[in-house]
Formats: sequence, structure tokens, C-alpha cells
Amino acid sequence: MNTIPLNQARTLTLRILRHNPTDPDSEPRLQDFQVEETDAMTLFVALNIVREEQDPSLQFDFVCRAGICGSCGMLINGRPALACRTLTRDLGDTVVLAPLPGFALIGDLSVDTGKWMRGMSERLETWIHAEGLETKNLDAIEDAMDPELAEQLYELERCIECGCCVAACGTMQMREEFVGAVGLNQIARFQLDPRDTRSDSDYYELIGDDSGVFGCMTLLGCDDMCPKQLPLATQIAFLRRRMAAV
Amino acid sequence: MEIIYTDVLVIGGGLAGQRAAIGARRRGLDVTILSLVPAKRSHSAAAQGGMQASLGNCLGGSGDNEDLHFADTVRGSDWGADQEVVRMFTHTAPKAIREMAAWGVPWSRVRQGPHSITEDGEQKTITEPAAAHGLIDSRNFGGTAKWRACYVADGTGHAMLYAMSNQAIAAGIPVHERLEAIALICDGERCCGAVVRNLMTGALSAYMARATCIATGGFGRIYRVSTNAVINEGMGAAIALETGIARLGNMEAVQFHPTGIFPAGILVTEGCRGDGGLLLDGAEHRFMPGYEPEKRELASRDVVSRRMEEHIAAGHGATTRFGDHLWLDIRLLGAEHIDGKLREVKEICQYFLGIDPSRELIPVRPAQHYSMGGIRTDHNCHSRELRGLFAVGEAACWDMHGFNRLGGNSVAETVVAGMIAGESIADFCASADGSIQLATNLANDALSAQAAQLTAIADSTGNESAVELTKLMQETMTDKVGIFRRGESLQQAVQTLLELQRRSAGVRLRSSASGANPELVAAYRLPRMLKLALCVTHGALMRCESRGAHYREDYPQRDDAQWLRRTLASWPDADDTLPTLDYEALDIHRMELPPGWRGYGTKDSIDHPSTAIRETEIAQLIANYPEADRYQRQNLLMPFHHLLPPGFRGRNQRLEDTE
Ligand SMILES: Cc1cc2nc3c(=O)[nH]c(=O)nc-3n(C[C@H](O)[C@H](O)[C@H](O)COP(=O)(O)OP(=O)(O)OC[C@H]3O[C@@H](n4cnc5c(N)ncnc54)[C@H](O)[C@@H]3O)c2cc1C
Ligand code: SF4
Ligand code: SF4
Ligand code: FES
Repeated sequence: MNTIPLNQARTLTLRILRHNPTDPDSEPRLQDFQVEETDAMTLFVALNIVREEQDPSLQFDFVCRAGICGSCGMLINGRPALACRTLTRDLGDTVVLAPLPGFALIGDLSVDTGKWMRGMSERLETWIHAEGLETKNLDAIEDAMDPELAEQLYELERCIECGCCVAACGTMQMREEFVGAVGLNQIARFQLDPRDTRSDSDYYELIGDDSGVFGCMTLLGCDDMCPKQLPLATQIAFLRRRMAAV
Repeated sequence: MEIIYTDVLVIGGGLAGQRAAIGARRRGLDVTILSLVPAKRSHSAAAQGGMQASLGNCLGGSGDNEDLHFADTVRGSDWGADQEVVRMFTHTAPKAIREMAAWGVPWSRVRQGPHSITEDGEQKTITEPAAAHGLIDSRNFGGTAKWRACYVADGTGHAMLYAMSNQAIAAGIPVHERLEAIALICDGERCCGAVVRNLMTGALSAYMARATCIATGGFGRIYRVSTNAVINEGMGAAIALETGIARLGNMEAVQFHPTGIFPAGILVTEGCRGDGGLLLDGAEHRFMPGYEPEKRELASRDVVSRRMEEHIAAGHGATTRFGDHLWLDIRLLGAEHIDGKLREVKEICQYFLGIDPSRELIPVRPAQHYSMGGIRTDHNCHSRELRGLFAVGEAACWDMHGFNRLGGNSVAETVVAGMIAGESIADFCASADGSIQLATNLANDALSAQAAQLTAIADSTGNESAVELTKLMQETMTDKVGIFRRGESLQQAVQTLLELQRRSAGVRLRSSASGANPELVAAYRLPRMLKLALCVTHGALMRCESRGAHYREDYPQRDDAQWLRRTLASWPDADDTLPTLDYEALDIHRMELPPGWRGYGTKDSIDHPSTAIRETEIAQLIANYPEADRYQRQNLLMPFHHLLPPGFRGRNQRLEDTE
């Protein structure tokens, strides 16, 4: 009757990198937890069981638990991914979990992506630059936009700032001030938007150096890891050509 | 313990809070936003369907206007809404969407020429006019006369929240992330800020402000099964209640959506059934036609949810370790249709269930979805009881949704109410009431009181577990205060919640970890969530009628004669075990649209004697001014422009005005 195929009952081992930086005695260490697998179990479910039943101090971040808010990026067997939409049945008996590298550690699997993203956003000014936004006549019919262009903009805007591309990036590990694929993609998004009045030389000011588009070594870790399948490689290549021409 | 001063403290970084913050900042005030999570992760990002605004650009929307949006919203509310507020809302929604367009939201746009659509199971071709090409498109949604839900592909809330957050960053508004307001600071008469706990370090601080605005979203997590994010625990409403002064409106009005995937509760769209999907029971038998021979799976949301729960209660669910559920079958639609038109459903099934919905059944069960109730405010989003406290968005009861909100009206409310609140907060700060004596001892007293409470929890020698008690509360709410309500089971639920309240005093922590300490968080939230749960349950028990989402099996009729009243819950004494309930009558004599049949659902309700009088009065008023246009007629029946901030009073232009 039940058409969800029943897995053979498995006991999973979650091997979690533990560390509480607010505790001076805490040393990073791996800790194993055993969880009985259930049908359609996600890492969201498994980690909550561990916290509720075994270790109430375990730290991790989930908000939407539906793959849309970007809170739960972590290294799952070494690969950056969203934990909430990772099914345990796609993983082996032992799953190694670690916090995303490249971000300040809050504790255990929780990292401060928010602070990093806000910094990136302030630095790259990821908002529409236009005159008179505050005094715009809101009674008037809106400006028309080509329907295709609106769709293209949305395709680039699907980024959920999860940080997986940053964690996967080789440049990031060498250059702390690098804006990452996430930042470059956002510039590509605003550059495409006719409502933003910035020129290419304005964008060049923001990303025309080694911490921007010329720092990227196009190893494309980011493109493979993005859970929203954003066309990061294409966008970076495009921006690089465009900025080289400025 | 640090004290931070700001003009305006906005608690909540979703759409509503950020828009209010931007408005106040533009008026020159110093604004600080607090959020449990980075602002862009707020649950506003989850809205997929759309935002209602009567632009009337596309063919399905042509002829739409504020009047139609008003009537749909009031009917949807089952006449529980404040009609002046609904007018303010429907008038401002087009401006909100146009502002969001200027700020960068890539709204889906109308494409001129022929399009093929499916309506009522049949293929049709419609042709969009050239004049509308490139203007903001809208789609069809339940309970509306026109195609009115403006959308951004399947990520409306995400796109809106990003545009909003980016504008807040551009305005230089700081968002203090991973902070939780755990109490409001009051001097007995007005709100002066909040005590805040840092969710990374555990440190407490006080934020003192001339105006405080709560925008903390819904409280779905008092239920076991909810489409809401895990952070939607209602702390904003709870700390307002705990002032003993502010009141919560219509807390019993809770919306359930028929198809949350089981057991996670993640939403799958109504479009599955709209396109021909079926509901099956544990024996894979199609049961809806037996209950609703005419509309079957496509009866209204509340009706389908009720039938599903009824069928499960009769023992026909599919049973799993996590409980019972039913099946949604969209296999019959075929892989091609699913890959094209239900791509998102396919992805949800793939990632969260590991199934392919073109070959396998989707486990579903109705899930809590939206809280119509919240902090009761006046037209200006200002608490009626506690000066200096404002509330916006799902956390508020501004009251445009009454007892049932229409799809797409919620994100629209967040932005519109945020626009209005930004102005009224600034007006308040500029008024004589708007200055406060920033008394350090007030902040210190509030801080010490909270610190003492947290220490008491940490030192408790009881033997209760916060996680376990929270689960029991959630079970009770889902089982007894869900879609079907009866006096007897509501009474039992109140008893269980009181018992949990008593036991919650004995919660002991197993871990004394420094810093965030998630276990401590669960422990201090529990008694507050229980208070909200008691407001919902006690309110539902006392309301002996059925209205909108509040359905009493023992009182199945809407009873305007007795119950055209808004429930107001307060908690005057910290030692009280139950909320104090008061009622605020809705005045039919001031309604533009007196109570009537909604146009769907049962026709059977108990009338209020004033309804007929008001109807005659309205007919007379209209007859006296036969040449009045729609604006003049509206103004005759229920003037509202004076309630809006001056900048938002202009008439909305539409395509038809230019022709
Ligand atoms: C799955 C789903 C789909 C939906 N789809 C639609 C749709 O298509 N159309 C529609 O109109 N509506 C939809 N809704 C409803 C709508 O999304 C919400 O009602 C709305 O977005 C709420 O916005 P908000 O700004 O009030 O709160 P939220 O966006 O929930 O933000 C709340 C904020 O408050 C903060 N916060 C909470 N408590 C505290 C505290 N104690 N201290 C500090 N900060 C705190 C949080 O961090 C967060 O920033 C949907 C809802 C769900 C669950
Ligand atoms: S680009 Fe992709 S991987 Fe990077 S932050 Fe955005 S969604 Fe995540
Ligand atoms: S392509 Fe560039 S941004 Fe992407 S991972 Fe490689 S170096 Fe980083
Ligand atoms: S919790 Fe939101 S993406 Fe995983």
C-alpha cells in the first residue's frame, strides 16, 4: 500500500565536527551519533532527533526546512550542500558533517553567512541605483519591461545566499576579500537590469580587480555546488569579458 | 549588560518589518532592526504564489479595481475584517507593487498575443492586447473575481524580500541578526523598547526606543504540523501579551491548507488539484466525491481540509510511524505536464520525499498555514492599548483578513502595512508622545528581571523536558484545535495546556553549554508559546459559531446576531493561567458591505437585525445620487481616505484610464 519504498532499516552514524567557540575549553573534535533511519528522512529530521534525544547543545541552522532560505548549508561528506533537502537514503551508513568553511563559526554546524553576505552586499552595492526612488509617483502605471528580460533577471535572482559557492571556491581560501561567485552573480544581475543606471565603469570600480572578477581562477567549484543551479560559470565568463573591455 | 539607544526599534526583518523601517528611516529617524536570522532568510521568502493588487493589466484581470478587491477580501474574511482597513489596503496595494517594481522586483510581465491556458479541464486560447505588453502580469487565485495575484515565476516572496532587504541595506539600516527580543520594556503606560538575547553568545542587552514595532510573523509552530518555518514561534505576539497591556485580536482564527506534504508539512500547491489531481485514502480509494459530490477535490480550502480530517478520523488514513495521512495522486496528469507546469512540486517530491510524482503517490495532510490573529492595532498599526508599540504583518491583527485570508493577500499586507506604519511611526515620534525619558533604571530593571528568569530555568531541579512539553502542546493543538473544533475537545485541550503550563515550571536543562544553548531557548519559549496556544484554544472554545477558518461542529452556522465581534485576549497578571477575553463589536451601520452570503460554502447563517437596516440605508444613499461615479459612491458609504498617510491618497491609474 505504502508506495514510498521502504528502506531496509538502517542505523546511521552522523559524524559531526563539534566546536563551541564561546567555551574556552572547547576543542574541535569529531563526535558520532547513531540515528535510526526512517522513510524519506532528511538531514533536517536526523539532526533534530540527535538534538532532541541525545545532545541538546548541538548547534545547527534551519529556517524554512524546504530548500528555499539558504540557512542550512554545511559540508556533507566534504561537499557543500543544503542539509534540509538532503535525503539520508542517498548517503552511506556514515555521514560526516562539518560547518561551511569560509565563514565565521558560531558553533558546531552553524556559521555566520549573514554577516558575510551583508558585507558583500554593502561592498558591491547590490541594489537598484536610480534617481528619484523616494519621490516616485506610485499612482502612475509602472514602466513596461520586456517579459523575457524579467525572466532572465529572475533566473539570476534565484540565489539564496547559502554560501555553498563560497565554501567550494579555491580563490576564497587564498583571498579573504574575494567577493565569491555569489557576489559576481549579483553584479551580473544588476548589470542586466535597465532600472539600474550604473555604467560598466561603475561596475569596474566594484569588481575590476583581484578581489573581484579577475581573482577568479575559473576552477568552477562554485558552478557544480550551487543548489539553485545558477549559471555561475557563464556569468563569471561574461563579466570577465565585459570588464576586460572597460 | 549593554543598553543600546535608537529612535525606532523594529523587531523582525521580514517584508513587513523592513518596509516599516525604510519608511521611518526616510523620515529621518534612526532605525534598528532585530532578527532571529539574517533578514533575507525570513519566512516571507517562502511565499511562492503571488501578491494581490488590482492592477488589471492582463486579460484575466481587465476591469479589476479596488472595489472588486475590497469585496473579495471582505467576503473571504466572512465579514470578520475591519472594512475601513480593507479599503486602505486595497487602495494602497497597487502602489506597493509599483514601488517594489521600481526597487527591482522582476515581476512576471504580460506578453502580447495568443496564449493557451487550461480552465475547467479544458484548453482555451486567450489573446493578450498589445497595450498591456510588458506591464505586470497576474494569475488566477482562489476566492477572487479577477486574476489579481502578481507574481515572480514561482519565487514571489523571495524576489520581494531580496529587493526589500537590498533597499534597507542601501538606506544604511542596521539589521542586528541572531538576536531575539524576549520581553518588551514598558513604564506602565508606554513601550520603551525590548530586552534582547543574543542567540550566538547568550548575552542580554536592552534596546531603548521611542517607538517599537513588532513584525515577527506568524506563530504556526504552536501546531505540530505547519507549513511555517521552524522559527515561526510567535514570540513577538507573546511578548506583547506579556506586557499585560497590549491585546491580541482573533487568535482563534487560524488557517489550514489541505496539501502539506506528510510529515514535513512543506506546502504543495493547490494547482495539483486544480489541474486534475485526486485525493486518495489509505486503501487508495478516492473519497472526496462521497463527501462533496459536486465540487469533489476542488471544494474550497477549508471544506477540503475538513473532509480530509474527517476521513482520517474515521480510520481511513494511511498509517506510518509519524501518524496518519492521505495521498495526493497526480500520476494521471502525466510526466510531461508535471515537468512543465508543476516543476516545483516535482522538485519538492524529489528532494523531500525521494519520489517521482509522475509514478508515485504524494503523502499529504492538511497543515496549519497562517495566523489571522495577532497584536491588535488601530488603522495606523499602533497598539490601541500600549502607546509606542506598533505591529505589522502576520504578527499583527490590523484586521484586514477577519476569519479567513485570501491567498496572495498576505504578502500584499506586509508591504502595504509597512508603508503605512513607517509613516505613522514617524508621525508618532514627531508628536508630543514621541519623546521618552530614557531612564537607565527602567532598562536595568527589565534586564535583571529577564536575567533572573533565565537563571531560574538554568538552575531548575525539576525533571521536565522543554522539548517533550513543546511536542505535547503541538500535538494537542493539531489534534484538538485544528480544522474541526468541538466544545468538548476544546475544553480538554484547555485542560491539557493548563497542565503543560504547570509542568513547564519544572523544566530542567540537561546541558549547561555556554553561548547559544538551543535547549535554553526551547525552555524560555515554551511558556510563551503556551500562552499563545491558550489564547487560540480558549478563544475558540468561547466562540460558539463557525466563521471562516474557525469551524465548530457543535455550532456550524455563522452567527452575526451574537458573534459579529472580534475577540481580544490579554494577560493582565503574570500569575494568571488563562487569558482574559474581551470582545469588540463590528458596527454594521458603518459597513460598506453588510454581512451576506460569501458566494461559496453554506448559505445558512444567523442574521444580525442591523444588516437589513444598513442594506436599506445603502440602497437609499445610492438612489439619492444616481450619477455618482464609483469613487463618489464609495465615499458616500464609507469614507476612508482621511485614514491614509497623505502621500498614499492619490487615485491609482490603470490601462483603461489611458485608453
Ligand atoms: C509556505 C508558505 C507559502 C506562502 N505563500 C504565500 C503567497 O503566495 N502569497 C501570500 O500573500 N502569502 C503567502 N504566505 C504567507 C506570507 O508569506 C506571510 O504571511 C508573510 O510573508 C509574513 O511576513 P512578515 O514580514 O509578517 O513576517 P516574516 O517574513 O515571517 O518575518 C518575521 C521576522 O521576525 C523575526 N523575528 C521573529 N521573532 C523574533 C524575535 N522574538 N526577536 C527578533 N526577531 C524576531 C524573524 O527573524 C523574521 O525576520 C505563505 C506562507 C507560507 C508559510
Ligand atoms: S550562487 Fe548558488 S551556491 Fe552561491 S550563494 Fe547563491 S544559491 Fe548559494
Ligand atoms: S570559478 Fe571563480 S568563483 Fe567559482 S569557485 Fe572557481 S575561483 Fe571561485
Ligand atoms: S532550511 Fe532553508 S534552505 Fe535548508
